[in-house]
Amino acid sequence: MVRIEAIIRPSRLDEVKSALDELGVRGISVIEIKGAGKQKGYTQHYRGSEYQVNLLPKVQLIVVVRDEEQERVVEAIEGAARTGEIGDGKIFVTSVLEAIRIRTGERGDTAIS
Amino acid sequence: MKLRLWRPALTALALISLSFTAFAQAPSTAPPGPATAPAASAPAAPALSTAPVEAAAAPAAAPAAPTIDKGDTAWMIVASALVMLMTPGLAFFYGGLARSKNILSTLMMSFVALGIISIQWALWGYSVAFAADKGGFIGDPMQYAFLKDVGETPYGTQTIPHTIFMMFQMTFAIITPALISGAVVERMKFSAYCLFILLWATFVYDPLAHMVWGGGYIGATLKALDFAGGTVVHISSGVSALVLAFMLGKRKGHGSEELRPHNLPMVLTGVALLWFGWFGFNAGSELAADGVAGQAFINTHIATAAAAMSWIMIEWFKYKKPSALGFGSGAVAGLVAITPACGFVDVKGALIMGLLVSPICFAAIQMKNKLNKYDDALDVFGIHGCGGMFGAIATGLFATDKVNSAITGALGAKNGLFYGGGPHQVIIQIEAVLITIVLAVVGTLIIGKLVGLVTGGLRTSTDDEENGLDVTEHGEVGYSSDTSTVPAFAGVD
Repeated sequence: MVRIEAIIRPSRLDEVKSALDELGVRGISVIEIKGAGKQKGYTQHYRGSEYQVNLLPKVQLIVVVRDEEQERVVEAIEGAARTGEIGDGKIFVTSVLEAIRIRTGERGDTAIS
Repeated sequence: MKLRLWRPALTALALISLSFTAFAQAPSTAPPGPATAPAASAPAAPALSTAPVEAAAAPAAAPAAPTIDKGDTAWMIVASALVMLMTPGLAFFYGGLARSKNILSTLMMSFVALGIISIQWALWGYSVAFAADKGGFIGDPMQYAFLKDVGETPYGTQTIPHTIFMMFQMTFAIITPALISGAVVERMKFSAYCLFILLWATFVYDPLAHMVWGGGYIGATLKALDFAGGTVVHISSGVSALVLAFMLGKRKGHGSEELRPHNLPMVLTGVALLWFGWFGFNAGSELAADGVAGQAFINTHIATAAAAMSWIMIEWFKYKKPSALGFGSGAVAGLVAITPACGFVDVKGALIMGLLVSPICFAAIQMKNKLNKYDDALDVFGIHGCGGMFGAIATGLFATDKVNSAITGALGAKNGLFYGGGPHQVIIQIEAVLITIVLAVVGTLIIGKLVGLVTGGLRTSTDDEENGLDVTEHGEVGYSSDTSTVPAFAGVD
């Protein structure tokens, strides 16, 4: 099993979700996050007090899938999240030791399908 | 320990307030003075309907009897309600500028003035401000205590019931101490704040209102012009806010943490309510529905529009981005500046005052940031103090009796410098500003010290400040989703 973690533009979330839906990927977790990368931030002014904001809003999307699904899922996310501009985000893949479905106690691949 | 002392005092105040209603009803059934006769002969009839009958029946008998004008009265009832709405408006204006963990505490500092000052005004505040003059400084605190003799018989030569005039002035007395709160939010103890505004209203606002409008020194002797409260309301609160900000010290994290406004839409909602209510504040200060009120109305609007635009033009030029907060700040600065002048200047004067006040307030706030000596959290001094001083002095430049014949008539003042009156009135206006500043500084220093002794310091603990005053001072939070103040797993939702 692998954990695929994608940090994407909030505006691409719907596209990515439907791409994953088409692949039949069920469980996903989505977290609103802020982050900094190559993309430049903004300067904010409040009555002359200046604030540099280089943490920009992003969405972190987490799915755990079977090893053989890894490439297809990554490609789907990549395709749906890409705009070609700086700030499109990153995808990280890590391996998962175990998965347990709490309701039934199922383990491994059956717990995530 | 010391904190407990003020609580019974406030409870006592509440109890007395219940009993005062009995007193207040007495004069309205039997008003003293020349209007007693018709009212007494038909006590059940509505008071207003007796006025024209009286005028038609005995035109020669009672020449100076003040008569109630229905149009004026209707307008002043509405104007009083408009000004009342400004205090909640101010609460939202300030609340949005504070951080989310202090939203309720900031709102409460304005709202609680509606409680405390309303009672104070009825018990003794109105009397100190508007009863018979004592040495040019205060009114006789006993004459109208518990609103005794404040009934339908008009005050002085007015054409509205005395009750309405008292109520209109009450709404001014409420918002003025609430204005100060902007400088002390996010760190002042609620107990200390409550006691402070009670004493400040009594020893600073009420005497000042008397001196300017109640027949005291500034208005009656010095003959300074202040149509709707540039000195009384804005300079007094702005300067006191600065003094109190110095006494309290800076907020924790000032200069290191980001102290950004948490809700600008709320700020602009507050601006909208202030702008709307200010029509009652300014046009209502004519105390009649007449031409001067109309002039004050349009001047208020035009100066505000001009100041909002000049503020965002500065930002556009300086930061390349005109901000919503800038528009709102400019609008409030414009409202402040035109307040003393609104019934005395023409549209040209109002426009110029509006355009000029924003650069002044903007510079004052820049200076605050540069000096970094005090933490006037929401810029009460920068906007109300500095805008108020500019407005009061500019009234001496632009006042013209073409707009309001009372300037050179009943008020005994002179036209402004640009309207053929020479420098005379400007100098008078500066004197009035200086007297106001001295009273505000001295009054705030003494009251602040005194309150600090009673409540064991003016500031909350550093821990409380860190956690936010909503939860530490009021035991509640404004936003249930705010993870900084809600224990996420306490099941609050």
